[in-house]
Amino acid sequence: MKHLISVRDLTKDSAVALLDSAQQLSQVNQRTVKSLPALRGKTVVNLFYENSTRTRISFEIAAKRLSADVINFDAQASSTSKGESLKDTAQTLEALGAAAIIVRHPMSGAAHALANRGWVSASIINAGDGRHEHPTQALLDALTIRQLKFSGSDLTGVKVLIVGDLEHSRVARSNILLLSLLGAAVSVAGPAELVPEGIAAMGAKVYKSFDEALAEQPDVVMMLRVQLERMQKNEAFTTRDYIKNWSLDQTRLAQLGKETVIMHPGPMNRGLEISNQAANDPRSAVLRQVENGLAVRMAVLHRVLSGEVTN
Amino acid sequence: MIILKNLTLSDGSIQDIRIDAGQIVEIGRIADSGTDCTDLIGLAGFVDPHTHLREPGFEASETVLSGSKAAAAGGYTAICAMANTEPVADNSTVIERVYDLGIEAGLCFVQPIGAVTKGLKGLELANIQDMSRSRAKVAMFSDDGMCVHDENLMRQALLEVKKFGGVVAQHAQEPSLTIGAQMNQGAVATELGLTGWPAIAEEQIIARDAQLAEETGSRLHICHLTTGGGVEVVRWAKAKGIQITAEVTPHHLLLTEDLVRTYDPVYKVNPPLRTTDDNRALLAGLVDGTIDMLGTDHAPHSGEKKDCEWENAAFGMIGLESAASILHQVLIQSGAGDWTLFENIISKRPSKLTGLNNHGSIKVGAQANITLFNPHERIGVAEMNQSKSSNNPYLGLEFIGRVQHTIYQGQFTMIDQSVRDQK
Amino acid sequence: MSNRAVLDGPDILRALRRISHEILEANEGPENLVILGIPTRGVELAKRIVEILEAIEPNQIIEFGILDITMYRDDLVNAEREILETSLPISGIDNKVVVLVDDVLFSGRTVRAALDALTGYGRPKQVKLAVLVDRGHRELPIRPDFVGKNLPTSVSERVSVQLLGSDGIDQVVISG
Repeated sequence: MKHLISVRDLTKDSAVALLDSAQQLSQVNQRTVKSLPALRGKTVVNLFYENSTRTRISFEIAAKRLSADVINFDAQASSTSKGESLKDTAQTLEALGAAAIIVRHPMSGAAHALANRGWVSASIINAGDGRHEHPTQALLDALTIRQLKFSGSDLTGVKVLIVGDLEHSRVARSNILLLSLLGAAVSVAGPAELVPEGIAAMGAKVYKSFDEALAEQPDVVMMLRVQLERMQKNEAFTTRDYIKNWSLDQTRLAQLGKETVIMHPGPMNRGLEISNQAANDPRSAVLRQVENGLAVRMAVLHRVLSGEVTN
Repeated sequence: MIILKNLTLSDGSIQDIRIDAGQIVEIGRIADSGTDCTDLIGLAGFVDPHTHLREPGFEASETVLSGSKAAAAGGYTAICAMANTEPVADNSTVIERVYDLGIEAGLCFVQPIGAVTKGLKGLELANIQDMSRSRAKVAMFSDDGMCVHDENLMRQALLEVKKFGGVVAQHAQEPSLTIGAQMNQGAVATELGLTGWPAIAEEQIIARDAQLAEETGSRLHICHLTTGGGVEVVRWAKAKGIQITAEVTPHHLLLTEDLVRTYDPVYKVNPPLRTTDDNRALLAGLVDGTIDMLGTDHAPHSGEKKDCEWENAAFGMIGLESAASILHQVLIQSGAGDWTLFENIISKRPSKLTGLNNHGSIKVGAQANITLFNPHERIGVAEMNQSKSSNNPYLGLEFIGRVQHTIYQGQFTMIDQSVRDQK
Repeated sequence: MSNRAVLDGPDILRALRRISHEILEANEGPENLVILGIPTRGVELAKRIVEILEAIEPNQIIEFGILDITMYRDDLVNAEREILETSLPISGIDNKVVVLVDDVLFSGRTVRAALDALTGYGRPKQVKLAVLVDRGHRELPIRPDFVGKNLPTSVSERVSVQLLGSDGIDQVVISG
């Protein structure tokens, strides 16, 4: 596997293999010596066109645990008419020796362009492109669900409900694709204006209300972050209505099963999409998600940099 | 003098044609020898109602000369150049400049299209009368690239062109429904995380403008129809007797939104590639006459405007050199239509649209604008190289059927698949 | 390409018995031993050695583990490798006598990686190396403590160890 751009790049087998690798690597966290020499001498660049301290740090620690040299490059998204183009920036980074470029970009398809347009030969890892995908987030979510809900290798039969702003969520898109690839039954619910046309075609059952979806007793409830800066541009959006209809509040929390897992990709808006009680609930897997993020990103980095299978 | 031997006309008859002093002087059986055209289809020279030549302003992408070469290679003897140059063709000075450059190139007739509004800004009408009286005798006006979305302005424009029997060519796209739009709205756009361009934004403007055309009694042309719903609206308007015509591009007949999955901006075009169902509806509309003609919307862009992220890339694809081969594939090879319809779509009707009376028919006494199409030979993208730009979406495809010779004003502009140099 | 079997099932069994006895002798008994298999074939060999040791010393439980070295290799670009399980005795490896078990000793790079990996888990009192086949051609200063069979080979030849658990047959084959 040269790049990881989209969940569509994975087969069920290769996804399971990545989860297995990540599971092994997650144990490194418990050791006194936490670093592995696998990527010694390799340079990995975090090319971030959007602020995301969490994801960047997660990738940075993952790369350092594997003994890679890490460079953080905070870029401003620029159009071709002003500033340096993505192509030129990437070629510059490669000329400086980058073996892998981890890219976060506000435009859908930016990572795909880096990987496929012949601009660079480095491995490209998509750390979130516009509203398109965020594959390592989906992998860490899948690993978390597998650890908590399932003893097998895939997620056959697990019922996952994803709630919130589906329109703008790359986390939702990657999760719908990956979790259903792994055999989970994925459903989604969100305000009508934030449920994009055709999302069912990606493999999710669409519910019109949170409560209706909860009545189906999901094993996992994944709350999406409300992107307030985006919402405030929408005149129809009011925080009060959102909380009333779409927040995992105390009442809804009480309806969850004893073993239901609560997930959130972070950072959380406590009191908005997720109540304080839900965030603090013992069923919340939020910190486990963060921890698994590290292991998943180690596994992905190792996989994309360890060459093709030769027969 | 040129003598063409044994060519097959669109009615199926096999004829010889004698051309002298730029005119067709004889059609029938001619004893003298000449260029053998056995198995070639002789059609009235192609006319493109919708080309972007980029000169003045963007000469790195295309010039009138390079665009004329691409036209000759594609079998075109007349092309209508859209107004979105820099400066905009919203006055007779720019119009006549483009017109003269066309004559200078001498490879096809270049008919400039005038802008409807000043600077294509959609705020204030351009001096339409002035352009119609210019040497280029502009009859068609369009803000193509932008929609004339203000109802009152559109109505005024229709009234203005009515005074001299002109036509307004509308780029049907309601702007408020397509803010930031990147591709066809639907499941593919959702998965790719790209902002959708809904069909309703096209259909609604067509319906509105058809009503305005009816009310003003003026002529309306719809550029690049892309949706099945749009075809329905045009069908309805025609049934009501409204003076409306419509064009479709080769790429909207052949390509679909699935290509956007590659995020390769070579497939980024406005209006966007749609679905297979739309392809079918457009072809059906073309066959039943709802859609009158083919317009290439040839839109050259220099490399850097396409070699970037999808959302940063420019809209548009080139198409002059591939248009006839694609029409051959979707219309003739599929069995949907015959050569008479082919000729109507690619020559007769577009020449009528803009009053290009020297084009559109092969008859004695007419200017000799003739395209000889070879329906058996193959053509690939590598051979389509006359344009200065290479944003050609048909990469990797091969078509059966290509232009063999193009004759403009009685001279070969392309002979045996090779374009003549500037005269 | 020719294939020839150089060890068969009974040969392998005898070799493992001898190695087991030698381990006990060198260690002066079964105490404090950890037998660590290097995936993939080394794991099965380590398990068999543990079984033999426990048969010889019925009152003693011999500690067993798996040491995956994927992340410690220095030939990253050659192949895409799965990261396999590492499992060590709960009591760890500090101050134990660790016997690394692998199927074939060749360049020595695998063992180098294994030694590197061990440092991440603790500080053994002693590390020893047991291999079923030593085929020579070392690229590093590494030598085995316990060898099933020394096999002189040319560099271009391939030595493959096949075991019941993974291959359905016990044999060592040279091809090339």
